[in-house]
Amino acid sequence: MAWITGVGMTAFGKHAGSTTIDLMSQAATAALADAGLERRDIDGLVCGYSTTMPHLMLSTLFAEHFGLQPRYAHGMQVGGATGLAMAMLANLVADAGAARNILVVAGENRVTGQSRDMTMQTLAQAGQHQYEVPLGPTIPAYYGLVASRYMHETGLDETDFAHLAVLMRRNAAGHPGAQLRDPITVEDVLASKPIAPPLKLMDCCPISDGAAAFVVSADRISANALRVRGCSQAHTHQHVTGAKDLTAFGARRSSARALADAGVGVADIGYAGIYDSFTITLAILLEEIGLSRRGASGKDVAAGRYDADGNLPLNTHGGLLSYGHCGVGGALAHLVEMHRQVTRRAGERQIRSEPALALMHGDGGIMSSHVSIVVERTS
Amino acid sequence: MDAPIDWTDGVEALAYQGCDVCGETWYFRRDFCPRCGSTRVATRVSGCVGTVYAATVVVRAPSPEWRERAPYGLCLVDLDEGVRVMTHAEPGIGIGCRVRIGFQRTDRGVLPIAARLTADEERT
Repeated sequence: MAWITGVGMTAFGKHAGSTTIDLMSQAATAALADAGLERRDIDGLVCGYSTTMPHLMLSTLFAEHFGLQPRYAHGMQVGGATGLAMAMLANLVADAGAARNILVVAGENRVTGQSRDMTMQTLAQAGQHQYEVPLGPTIPAYYGLVASRYMHETGLDETDFAHLAVLMRRNAAGHPGAQLRDPITVEDVLASKPIAPPLKLMDCCPISDGAAAFVVSADRISANALRVRGCSQAHTHQHVTGAKDLTAFGARRSSARALADAGVGVADIGYAGIYDSFTITLAILLEEIGLSRRGASGKDVAAGRYDADGNLPLNTHGGLLSYGHCGVGGALAHLVEMHRQVTRRAGERQIRSEPALALMHGDGGIMSSHVSIVVERTS
Repeated sequence: MDAPIDWTDGVEALAYQGCDVCGETWYFRRDFCPRCGSTRVATRVSGCVGTVYAATVVVRAPSPEWRERAPYGLCLVDLDEGVRVMTHAEPGIGIGCRVRIGFQRTDRGVLPIAARLTADEERT
């Protein structure tokens, strides 16, 4: 297994005038500096996609712009799961010996580069073009459907979801790069305007500009390198209509396999970076992975289990819900923050628990595509 | 593909498919069975009665055209034939409701809409 040897990311929010590759370049520059590498050291490149810069060859477009001539380049698309799927791919590429230092980078000017309607419509195309999209759905509506069923079967309620939103906002308040930093209460979340019931505005992540990057290396080339210990994926369906069961998802299988690869149990995990496009996404993933019991995620959050100074710090940058969501880079931000926390470089946000093992999980589509990664700090 | 048969090609009906070999049923049209790969596939017209599996309301619509109609209910219905479909929903439709799917002609084509099944309809 390879090492994550350097990380970097921009603030999320509005970067008017910056393009996708401008933002990617900023994050890549920061990640290279963090790893102590020069452009000539980078021989592998993994990029995501950008809705504001659709391109057949985004990885080599970026390579030319940034000044790289890698011997391996790849652009990936698995929706929200892309960020961690890129990390898994880079690990596989390093293990296979196809490249030694792989830059993984994604970014997008998703909020200033297009209208909000355009973003909503582009994202809703994740739906089935003939049977779902003609009904005028939105991504929040697909997740509203999931939430309705999951609540029906588990007893989770809107107050449970609100606790998750409040925690992400509290974490974001400690990060100067976060898009949404004003404190919110459970009452604020419950009173926020309906989007696709049971989901309200504050159950939904914002749309952001931003980028994040990291370097995966075959060797432990930097003092702050973290070891990748286990990676796994599970893809169970694409469309919400095609999902067999909206209360059991691929996260269970992918996380179990990643933990088994690492030879550890879920109780050994000391930091969690979990995809949180909506509060329901985070609630389901915490429960499917087994970090919380079924139906108990909201109560666990309310009890402080996932606080930065709690038993299992979670998305201490504020997650997609408050740090922001710029597309593929949004999920990479969870990994960047995990790296800073586990290597004890998070500054004023630094958690005190000194975890050795972190679990990352990403979800794409409508709980369709899952990627889990276990990372370890070794002495 | 074939002749128009359901709301997705402008006909006031809802079609699904079944495999003559393994018995699998599914909604999204294709010319083979996604379970066993057989090409002995039959396209059938649904009786349009089922039970709501999940439900939401689109309050924040995706575009100006849809904004005129919002808020509109959206639900997943488990048809009595064993296939799950997405449709619009009349107000008040929730999980577990028995529904009949009707059709509305609009500028954008035919919309399937789930309405509560009456006790009389349920008996027949």
